[in-house]
Amino acid sequence: MSDIVRRDPRKEWIARNRLHPQHLEVLAELGQGAASEWMGPSGLLRKNPHAVGFIGPNGMKRIDRSGVQQGAAGGGGAAKSAAERKPLVEIEAPAFLVAVVPDMAGGRLTGHDRDLLGLARQLADADPAARGAVLAVVFGEHKEDDFEGAGVDRLLHLTGPEFDGFSPEARLGALVAMDLAWTPRHWLLPDSKLGGADLGRRLAARLGERPATGVWQLEADGEAPLGWRCIARGAAGTLDFQRAVPRLVLALAECAEPVSETRHAAEPLALPEALPSQLSRIQDLGQVAVDPAGVALSEAEFILSAGNGVRDWDAFHRAAEVLGATEGASRVAVDDGFMARDRQVGATGTWVTARVYVAVGISGAIQHLQGIQTCDKVVAINMDPGCDMIKRADLAVIGDSAKVLEALVALVEQSREEKRNAA
Amino acid sequence: MRPDTHHNGSLAVTVLVSVGRHPLTGRGRRADQDARGVELARTLTDAEVELWHAGRLDEGSEAALRGYLGMGFDSLSLLEQPAGGDVLPALAEALEAAGPQLVIAGERAEQGEGSGLLPYLLAERLGWPLVSGLAAVEDVAEGVATLLQALPRGQRRRLQVRLPAIVTVDAAAPAPRQSAYGPARRGCLDVQAAAVMDDADMAQWQAQPARKRPKRLKIVKAASARDRFKAAAAKAEGGGGQVLTDVTPEEGAEAIFKLLKEEGVLR
Repeated sequence: MSDIVRRDPRKEWIARNRLHPQHLEVLAELGQGAASEWMGPSGLLRKNPHAVGFIGPNGMKRIDRSGVQQGAAGGGGAAKSAAERKPLVEIEAPAFLVAVVPDMAGGRLTGHDRDLLGLARQLADADPAARGAVLAVVFGEHKEDDFEGAGVDRLLHLTGPEFDGFSPEARLGALVAMDLAWTPRHWLLPDSKLGGADLGRRLAARLGERPATGVWQLEADGEAPLGWRCIARGAAGTLDFQRAVPRLVLALAECAEPVSETRHAAEPLALPEALPSQLSRIQDLGQVAVDPAGVALSEAEFILSAGNGVRDWDAFHRAAEVLGATEGASRVAVDDGFMARDRQVGATGTWVTARVYVAVGISGAIQHLQGIQTCDKVVAINMDPGCDMIKRADLAVIGDSAKVLEALVALVEQSREEKRNAA
Repeated sequence: MRPDTHHNGSLAVTVLVSVGRHPLTGRGRRADQDARGVELARTLTDAEVELWHAGRLDEGSEAALRGYLGMGFDSLSLLEQPAGGDVLPALAEALEAAGPQLVIAGERAEQGEGSGLLPYLLAERLGWPLVSGLAAVEDVAEGVATLLQALPRGQRRRLQVRLPAIVTVDAAAPAPRQSAYGPARRGCLDVQAAAVMDDADMAQWQAQPARKRPKRLKIVKAASARDRFKAAAAKAEGGGGQVLTDVTPEEGAEAIFKLLKEEGVLR
């Protein structure tokens, strides 16, 4: 085949003539598709305004000038490609390591953990000539799938029965083994009640390092031994200490911006030697059932919330009791007198932070959706498939809420019965 | 709280108390968590409770320390320490000499660095186990204590720890009783000399009244005006949620049950 371009003047003429019956076929053949702009034969830019845009779902022509939806099939695809479009940063031979031990509450990175990883990235990327790698240590099973986006270069995942529950001694042993094996330049832990504060202080005592606790700001400082200085809260939050950054830092939430613009490798690592088994002097007997009604709505972990769609209130209260959920309500249910005012969820009631929020018969007014903004997982049971709560929910069941709740209660009781029989 | 009658002999309990600081007036007072620790020790049956403080005795601290005596104690041991000193060696030596079974402390001090490290350093030095964030001591029997640990979101966890041990008290522990004026006046402060170590590190730090932390701004990183508008105007959406239509209630309940199990909220 020769690479001389053969021209077909007739086809070119048809392509120029948009009234020609074969116009669209010829355009597709020439590879111009539904192009709205092309270079004319005389070097003039020709435009076809009729080919601009696309037909929207309700049959009207929509013009999207951002160019996002031109080729993409739908919103989900566009979002995914946006995540893939983030540049991937790989650090092959790191100059040093920044070790981070996230809390992983509920098996996922918390907002605090992400802030901490952002802080770790600041420390690791400060010197472009000698970049460090961020090493995250995760104990036990996790459900997180976005370590890459959170800024983790290396991931050490330690599983086993010895790391389950409250196991500070086993975890401390693993961290000390890590310190021996890799000697990270920085240790970062969240100063939080979820476990980071406890583990960090144990590590500090074992390593003999004096940590900076309650750190909320970090600045470069050439005179400090590690090249950084920090501001740390002390004296029950009434004093700020300005000091050089030590090896071990316990940082508060919002200490840095989380990573958002890059992806990282999150390459799995393993400890060079197996951990020695050790006798634990603290035995975890498991969590104790607490009265869910006694837990404040704003800090409840699991909320079953009722709205206008609930008719059988006795069944709802029974479901909350069986599931062990704290009860919430929408404004309508409270105004109608079915629930107490202190149970109202939403902008005018309580802003909740539950990990799982089950909305029964709530359509999802904007004030209510604001109140549940920080909830992790939202489950909706509703009759109306078009309501806003369904759009927000991670799992939505369309159907009669009373029947679904009844079936759910039966399931939970059945599984408890099986467990009791097995034990 | 269940009273226990299983163990024979009394349980030696030491509560480490510090001088607190009222958040508004800045005056010395009983430290909140330490007072809760004293209250916790008071609720233990058959316990011989001692109060220890390492620090200086002056006008401000005396009133605060007498506040602890007013919770029903005859005396409080005071290990004499200079201001800004490191109290770890003095306390560790004294604890080694006295050998209590259970040491109760607050999580962190209300003055000074307030890093909450002291219990951990003591535990490391004495080689004792440490349990943090306690809500209650349920039972002490045969050298094993059953404890209730406070978790975030109002949850509780039951732990067993071998004595001797150090425990720290969370703000979820029972509120301390009021300090009675008479016993507080009558009680004696037993001042003892102790080893003194300077805190050289802390002298180098600059301390200033806590500054209000800047509020985090919601920054929308969008390339185009359309994205910025969408971010500003859009309702909160989960995006990509699973919607089950035309299912029987049982199937719907099954799906919800699976999600609740995965999240681990069902017990």
